[in-house]
Amino acid sequence: MTNWTDIGALEDIPERGARVVKTHIGCVAVFRTIDNEVFAIDDACPHKGGPLSEGIVHGRSVTCPLHNMVLRLDTGLAQGADTGAVNTYPIRVEGGRILLDTAKLRRAQVA
Amino acid sequence: MTKNLVVIGAGMASGRMLEHLFDTQPGAWNVTLFNAEPRGNYNRLMLSPVLSGDKTYAEIVTHDTDWYEGHGVTCRFGEKVERIDRAARIVHGENGPVPYDRLVIATGSNPFMIPLPGHDLPGVIPYRDLEDTERMMGLGAKPGAKAIVIGGGLLGLEAAAGMAARGVDVTVIHVMGHLMERQLDEAAGYLLKKALEAKGITVLTSANSKEIMGTDGHVSGLLLDDGTELPCDLLVMAVGIRPNVALAKEAGLAVGRGIHVDDAMITSDEHILALGECVEHQGAIFGLVAPLYDQAKVAADTLGDTPAIFTPKEVATKLKVTGCDLFSAGDFAEGDGRDDIVFRDPARGIYKRLVLEGERLIGAVMYGDTADGAWFHGLIKDKTDVSDMRDTLIFGPAFQGGAQSDPLAAVAALPADAEICGCNGVCKSTIVDAIKGGATSLTDVRAQTKASASCGTCTGLVEQVMALSLGDAFEVQTVKPMCPCTPLTHMDVRRLIKSRGLKSMAAVMQECGWETSCGCASCRPALNYYLLCDWPGEYQDDDQSRFVNERMHSNIQKDGTYSVVPRMWGGITSAAELRAIADAADKYNVQTVKVTGGQRIDLLGVKKQDLPDIWADLNAAGMVSGQAYAKGLRTVKTCVGTDHCRFGTQDSTGLGIRMEKALWGSWTPAKVKMAVSGCPRNCSESTCKDVGVICVDSGYVLHIGGAAGLHIQGTVVMCTVKTEDEVLEYTAAVLQLYREEAAYLERMYKWLDNVGLDHIVARVVTDADSRKALADRFYYAQQFMQQDPWAERTKPAFRNLWQPLADLTLEAAE
Repeated sequence: MTNWTDIGALEDIPERGARVVKTHIGCVAVFRTIDNEVFAIDDACPHKGGPLSEGIVHGRSVTCPLHNMVLRLDTGLAQGADTGAVNTYPIRVEGGRILLDTAKLRRAQVA
Repeated sequence: MTKNLVVIGAGMASGRMLEHLFDTQPGAWNVTLFNAEPRGNYNRLMLSPVLSGDKTYAEIVTHDTDWYEGHGVTCRFGEKVERIDRAARIVHGENGPVPYDRLVIATGSNPFMIPLPGHDLPGVIPYRDLEDTERMMGLGAKPGAKAIVIGGGLLGLEAAAGMAARGVDVTVIHVMGHLMERQLDEAAGYLLKKALEAKGITVLTSANSKEIMGTDGHVSGLLLDDGTELPCDLLVMAVGIRPNVALAKEAGLAVGRGIHVDDAMITSDEHILALGECVEHQGAIFGLVAPLYDQAKVAADTLGDTPAIFTPKEVATKLKVTGCDLFSAGDFAEGDGRDDIVFRDPARGIYKRLVLEGERLIGAVMYGDTADGAWFHGLIKDKTDVSDMRDTLIFGPAFQGGAQSDPLAAVAALPADAEICGCNGVCKSTIVDAIKGGATSLTDVRAQTKASASCGTCTGLVEQVMALSLGDAFEVQTVKPMCPCTPLTHMDVRRLIKSRGLKSMAAVMQECGWETSCGCASCRPALNYYLLCDWPGEYQDDDQSRFVNERMHSNIQKDGTYSVVPRMWGGITSAAELRAIADAADKYNVQTVKVTGGQRIDLLGVKKQDLPDIWADLNAAGMVSGQAYAKGLRTVKTCVGTDHCRFGTQDSTGLGIRMEKALWGSWTPAKVKMAVSGCPRNCSESTCKDVGVICVDSGYVLHIGGAAGLHIQGTVVMCTVKTEDEVLEYTAAVLQLYREEAAYLERMYKWLDNVGLDHIVARVVTDADSRKALADRFYYAQQFMQQDPWAERTKPAFRNLWQPLADLTLEAAE
């Protein structure tokens, strides 16, 4: 099942920045890159739970604000010598609106 | 038997379809062509050359009256189609009905007009057809005419350049951070902006329009949301198009963003086809001409009952502005398993970026030299395996087919008169001669030949020449690059920012040859600081390049909450301030209230969404941000001095407050802590601060370069001065010298180690002119810096950034 839910406009998120969406499985961080791509991942670093939405966004990666772990926005995988991963969620932009597949959030809760 | 075909819309797509139709099925159709514009098909893409005066309208007409007559087309130009009766298969025009066997809808698109106040004023136009073009051309005849173009995309920039070519004073307003963001990355966008500015066009990026202003019922200017007012005689809105689906929708056809069509271009009614900018195919809509021509071919085949399938292809973009050579094709976002190859030639203003996925080229952006664009576009479209030519791919087809080159061999093959250093015009033989003459290090070669002594981007090449000439005797110097994005050091970059006048992050990355497209978490905060320090009042602080604490103006804690520290000037507070702090602590459920080492109070455990409210409350009580998070002035610690102390020699508290009020707000390479002690007993611990003042009976001893963190470092004495005013001037001067010379994150004591005390004394103490100039530069910058960041961010425009984008918890509970 797919359930695309409108969560806001692309320009609500600063370029190379992020905003948070509150969900029943916790906060999801929604990122916007320099190339205007949008990604959704858990807003908690696998290292010590840092709020990834507050990190510096570069290319398709974000650096956690607490201890500088670097995570890929598209795969959710930690980069470099670090290991770990966060969940990624299907997200897309249609006509300037950001759509999040909330069905995936439900499945994640069941699993 | 001849069948009746009705076509609504005489644009480029339907025009091309008719050509195919008459070629492949001559005499099969009796065609009636409706068009809203009072003319037939012309090449809309060529409106920009008409605008700039490079072409005339007559030259861009594709189908003239003779052509339509020759093919027996009944033209009903300038006539509005009122409705489509699908049951009876009749199109009703204003001047009467026409029956059809097949109908083709090619109604194109409508320009999107942002519904700003005043958007319906006369003089506000889109850029779509000949009438719009003529309006813009007419403006050129008026001396001193001003135009504003909203939209820095393909069309908007062509409109701007065309009007500028006719002598109009043009300003482009673009809401995004760089021009043509859908086709270009930031680096190419920067080069484009530079080229347009060289044509006299003013380009404002990250600019939000608020209201279109009118005088006497005609447009007279544009108001931006930062309060800027720009006068204009004509305002062109070129922000995008919307498929024109009104007629199809009324007729009950399936319509999404565009008219839904299948692979054969047939709509939800089998007798009706649609093509062009009005259609939606597999969720995509179309604005560039190449796929429209493909659709035209497919539609013609479908009408002739020949099976055909429309497959969208990669589309390349070129801007038709003289002197702005750019090209973009495919997908050029970064990604997993994707690799960037970047080539920059700062001296010639060239930027090329290729994006590879596995063995394939999937995207290309080029600026300045687009000669190989078609070749790259071919590689993308054909999904060619490029693994064999990967190393030389970016140099284009001319470099392919040879043996894999060893970089040293390539340098060895260079002729003696090949230019190695472009800045100083140094050729290979000059460097080789210097080496033969005894130069053995890069420093020697630099000193003797000036090769790589200016911008430094040819350093690698110079080293290769040296390696060739010296063999094993040459060891490449190990300097620590700023970050993995560049081989340049912090100091190299700082020098280039000043010497080349680089005033934006994109400019630095382009001119210094950055190897990544938008830097990393390590270089971005550094560049943001350098630009802010070197170009006060010009460079716009980039929040997204700041570490969270400096972006949130509070210190992030391990659980993601924040700590809030208001300033207490010189460590002095009052009952009223303490009451306000206590109230705030209660109201926002502050977990811990802590007295800090810098003589103030820390409120720990504030939630992100409460930050603007707690700031507003503290502001209301007269307090501002203590910037306890900043690479900037933290605190000026004081003792009570002559006010109360029996040993005090000067008013240390008063001086500390004066210093803090003068120096707060300034950004520095690393944090700066200060203290003023009223006597040599040093109760405020001045001798382990970045700047410490110790009052003595005869004046003030100024200490610098102390720290008590990772390293314990006592201060050294810089000088002794007589008056408080001198303390202020000397302190501002040494702080400015540190700001201008240190690497980002380098504390003052490390900088002192690197440059030596003599250098600092020479610039700040012995040379009064130098000191005055430093202090003047410091205070000049302060006028832009001394705004309380909390007060700024409690304004409504900022507030929602602290709130979640959306709250889906309620929906999920359903």
